[in-house]
Parts: sequence; C-alpha cells; structure tokens
Amino acid sequence: MKEEQSKEKVKKFGMVIDLDKCTGCGACMVACMAENNVPFKEDESKKLDSITWLRIYKLTNGKPFPDADICYLPRPCQHCGGKGEHGHSPCVSVCPATATDYSKETGIVSQIYTRCFGCRYCMAACPYHARYFNWWDPVWPDGMEKYLSPNVSVRMRGIVEKCSFCFHRYQLAKDKAYFEGRREIEENEYQTACTQACPAGAIAFGDLNNPKHAVYELKKSSNAFRLLERLQTNPKVYYISGREWVRRAGDNYLKDEKK
Amino acid sequence: MFPFCFEWMWDMSHMVFMGGLWYALTIIGLGMTFCIGKAFYDTFLDKGKDDHHH
Amino acid sequence: MDSALIPRGVKRCPTWQFALWIGAAGAVLLWGVFAMLLCWFKGLNQTNMNDAYGFALWIWADLAVIALGGGAFFTGFLRYIVGKDELKNIINYAVLIGFICYSSALLILAIDIGQPLRGWFIFWHANVHSMLTEVAFCLTCYFGVLTIEYVPLILENRQIDKIPFFHRLGHNMHEIMAVFAATGAFLSFFHQGSLGGVSGVLFGRPFGYREGIFIWPWTFFLYTWSAAACGPCFTILITKITEKITGKKLVKQNVIELLAKISGWMIGTYIIAKIIDTWYWAKVTAPAAGFNLMDFYSNNPFYGIWILVLEIVICGVVPAMILISEKGRKNPAALMTAIILAVLGACVNRWVMVLQVMAVPVLTFENWVMYYPSWQEVATTILPVAYGVILISLSYRYLPIFPQEQELNPEA
Repeated sequence: MKEEQSKEKVKKFGMVIDLDKCTGCGACMVACMAENNVPFKEDESKKLDSITWLRIYKLTNGKPFPDADICYLPRPCQHCGGKGEHGHSPCVSVCPATATDYSKETGIVSQIYTRCFGCRYCMAACPYHARYFNWWDPVWPDGMEKYLSPNVSVRMRGIVEKCSFCFHRYQLAKDKAYFEGRREIEENEYQTACTQACPAGAIAFGDLNNPKHAVYELKKSSNAFRLLERLQTNPKVYYISGREWVRRAGDNYLKDEKK
Repeated sequence: MFPFCFEWMWDMSHMVFMGGLWYALTIIGLGMTFCIGKAFYDTFLDKGKDDHHH
Repeated sequence: MDSALIPRGVKRCPTWQFALWIGAAGAVLLWGVFAMLLCWFKGLNQTNMNDAYGFALWIWADLAVIALGGGAFFTGFLRYIVGKDELKNIINYAVLIGFICYSSALLILAIDIGQPLRGWFIFWHANVHSMLTEVAFCLTCYFGVLTIEYVPLILENRQIDKIPFFHRLGHNMHEIMAVFAATGAFLSFFHQGSLGGVSGVLFGRPFGYREGIFIWPWTFFLYTWSAAACGPCFTILITKITEKITGKKLVKQNVIELLAKISGWMIGTYIIAKIIDTWYWAKVTAPAAGFNLMDFYSNNPFYGIWILVLEIVICGVVPAMILISEKGRKNPAALMTAIILAVLGACVNRWVMVLQVMAVPVLTFENWVMYYPSWQEVATTILPVAYGVILISLSYRYLPIFPQEQELNPEA
C-alpha cells in the first residue's frame, strides 16, 4: 500500500477564483461553515473574534462616481507553499508543537486540533488573517447538533482552526477510489464546499500540477495573481480579474513604484 | 523531544537542537548530583571530616 | 517575633510593619490570581485579544520581563566567566530578580495559551524549527539554573544554615557555581535570541521580519544584546528602589557604577547595531515587500514615528551616552534617568515588536487594528509584580542578599 502511494504523482491542490464573476453573495461562506461545523456566536456583530474560514472582503477603488468600482474577494486559507516550495509556509514553520503541517503529497496545510495548545503564534505569522482562534467553546442552537457534519470534528475552546480545503472530502474520495480499485481520483470527485456552492461558478478547485484539471490552465491567465506574492509566501489560491486596480490590490507597492 | 515521539527525525536540526538541550540538561543534572551527593557523603557517611567554611 | 530568622548584624522593620506590607502586596496578588483563575476556567474570551491580536499584552510582558531579567545571566557571566569580582556584591540580587522575572514569564505563558493542560506538548511534540520551541526549552532550563543559583541563598538563612547537610549543600553549590552560570549564559544567549526571532522570522509580517544569517534573523542577536545591555539596568533600578524603601545603602556605589559602565557600553554598541538594522530594514527589507517606512507609522491613531524616536534616541542613545561618561555615572540624577530610560527602551522595543507587528495591516484592503487590554489581562500582568515584591521582601528580610549591607550600615 505504501509503495503504491509513493508511485502517485505529487499533487498540489489549489484554487482559482474569478473575481470578475464573484457577486459577493456569501454562499461560499455559508457552505463552508455548514460543511466544516464552524461555530458561531449568539451575537456576531463583533467580527474580530468571529470564525470565518472563508471570508469575503469588499474592495473599492476609492474613486468617486462615475469611476467608483467594487470587487468582492473571497479569502480562504492560502495554503502557502513557502519559499522555494519547501513547505515552510509562514504558519507551519512557527508552530512549536507541530500542530500544523504541510503535506508534501497534497500541498494542503493541515491543522491538528487535538495537538494545538493555543499559543496563536501561527495567527501572528499569517499575513492573510486566515487563522482563527476559538475564544469560546462552540454552542449550537437546540437541535442543531443533529445537523453537524459527521466527517469533520468540532473544535474546542482555546485552539486555532482554519480552512482545510475540505480535506475530509479528499479522504472520502480516496477511500472510494481505493475501494473501487483505482489509484487516482477524478477532478470532480474532490471539490471543496465553497466551489460547489458558488452560484456564479467563480471558484475553480483542483490539482495545480495536473494538466487535466481546470485550474492548471486558469492559473496561467495573464490576469491571474496571488495575494501578497512579494512576501514569498507562495500561496495556492489564485485570483483572476480583468481590472488592473483589483490586481494591484493584491499586493503592496511603494508609492512611486510601477508594476 | 525523544526519539520515540513520532515527529522525531534523525536530521541535522533535531540533532543540533536536542543535542544542545540534552547537553545543558546533563551538565545541570551532573552538577546537582555532585553537590547533593557530596553534601550527603560529607554529612552522613564521613562524619570525621572537619567542617570547613567558605 | 521572627528575629531568629533574620540575618545577624542587620536591622529589619518590626514584624507588624512587615506583615502589613506583605498584606498590601498580597491583596494585589489575590486580584491577579482571581483574574488568572477567570482566564483558566472561562477561557481567553476574558481578554481583549482577538483574531488580529493573537499576541498582545501578555506576550509583550513575557518578552519584557525576560529582557529585564537578563541582568541575572549577564551579571553572572561578568562575575563568573569574565571575572569581575566586585559584582559578587550585587549578583545575589540579580539572581533573585532574574528568578522572579523568569518564573513570572512562565506563569504568564501558562495563562496565555488557550489549552493550558496541553502546555507540555511544546516539549513532547517539539517542532525544532519554531523559535517558540527554543524559547520554551531554554526558558525552562534557565529557570532551573536560576533556581539552582537562588537555592544556596535560601540555604544561607540563619536557621537553615545550622543543619549540616544544607550547610554543605550550599557550600558545594557555591563551589561549582561558575559551571551553572556558564550553562545559564549559554541558555540565555539562545532564548533571548529566540525571543527576538519570534517576530524576526515572520516573513509574512513586513514590520517584524528581518533578514539575517543562517536560520537567525538579526533580531535574534539584537535581543540577546539588548537584554545583556538593559537587564543590568533593571537590576540597578530595583536595587535603587529597594534602597529607597528600606532607607539604607545596600550596595556600594563603585559596584553600581561598574555595572552601569558595562551596561552603558553594551547599550551604546547595541543601539548602533539597532540603528543599522533599522536603516537596512527601512531601506531594503521593507521596500522589497512594498512598504515605505512611513507606511508603518501613519494612518493610525497611535503608532507614529515618535515611537521609533522614543525607542532609539530617547531610550537608547541618551542613556548610552550618560552611562558611558564618567560624569554621567557619578551624577545620581543622571544615572537614575539613564537607568530608567534604558529599562523603558527595552520595554518599548518589545512592545513594538509584538503589538505593532499585529497592528500594521498587510493585506492592502485591511486596516490598522488597535487594541487595549481587558482588566483581566492587566491584573494578570500586575500579578507578577506583586509576587516579585513579596519574594523580594521575604528574601531581603530573611536572607543575606546584600553582602555589603552590614558594612554600609554599621549602627545596626
């Protein structure tokens, strides 16, 4: 079994999000929360301690009418590969208890909830604010625990959590393929909840290394960019926009700097 | 911390880091063992010896 | 009442007065303990930290007390390794202050983690690439060393010293103290550095990130250096406060001046290195990430360029110049000013490298996030101060901490 696995091609799961298609409806956020048993507070007005694995930002170009323009930007965990693709993503290398790990097989940054002891160093390290701390124990409204997904463990107070690229779906797809005697899974067998929920089809998900997957070509678009590329975090989430100001909002530039 | 923890690897980082740690712990441990051992010996086993002050 | 415990030849206040003093500090301590229990039982929702401020007041307090507690390792290093013999008159106190600082840091860390019962994971499942792992290991080991350095002092208590075994144990420990001090210095160089590495390695946070050599960012060396520079100033400051409260001269001025002089040169060299580091960061490292220096110091209600001037010029260059000059050291007011500024400088540096790192927006569409601590955070941060006051008071009353006290106060 082990030998069989090692023969598999190394995968690099990633996302390409077309910002020109995104309407900011929030379906991806809702799907993500439902899929991953993300807890919520009774009063969600204070956003700084809300947990949103996938968060939609509203960007504006800051110009007055008639040039005013907005863009919605969904931000899951970027599953950074780190400098030189060594898996030294900002968060993984700092975790003192090896509670977050970079998978060389899938490129997914995992979070081991039972291992995390809540030092929050990873949160300090992540420039995308993709990591969230459980400030409270989760409290589900009466009866709602029956609707929780059995495939994702709920998290307790005092630990960090984040987007896993719906890794449980990958495990289920692998199990199914193995049961059916296949070694590889198809592109449509492993899709994240947000991808499937997006009514505009703005999110594409797949193996960035696999030419058969849509994301392989999409990421090559001249309008594709990643967030904060200059920091060399090497994210696996790509964004596409035909609008120059949106692409420029993806990174920091000096005042007199030309892209 | 120990080679039997599953995340242990016999690589340079582990050997340097843990080497430093165990080195320091050994010195501290041996030092204290010496102090306690000698005090114990002088007090309870070698009663004839003169009590010298520092 | 407790006169049998008080060292011979020195005068201490009446028991009732001492009890009153301990009672006052104890009340503050209890307030802190209450807040601590709230954090442990109700969780970190008791704090004002949030997902933008995973690190806040507590991590600052940790970094600051460890920097200031650095007086213990550096004074020990000077006394036992370099051979500055006069420092034997202040080393006991430096060790005690270090012991308090390090035990406080460990306590605060135990409150700061979300799952305190899993705290041991940092040792058991250690990720050797994390600066925090190195901090935890070295901090714990060095706390052990400080305990070993403090124990002989306890054994010198008049009653304990009467027991032959303890008398000999204390004697033996004194004999090989240089070995422990050297181990302590070795551990300190690393954990002080690793604390600097905590923000220095964050390549996702351009305000904190620094380039460096091999696996160590420049902040690694700057932190060790600044702790060695400012730690002794904290030792002097606490000594001066103790002298004020007890109304006695406890350490001869030449000892203070020697330590102040070394500290002055350390601060002077440190601040030159810090200026070079800041300049390189402002001109090369940060612009490479798309940031101008002033991006870090504008568009927010608190962090202006004043904080950089305060840290480097007012709390760095000024105390260095005062302490390096003999005239400055001989002038009590100037000496005190320099000492306070140096201590403040280390604290401001640690504040900036923790809190401002969190405050600065990195994504272009995010804003500065400000933070103020909750009362529970403040109380748990004051807790160690009260604990320190109590431990110092007990130690001063019952242990011969200041070898020169009798000579300096002969009337007793």
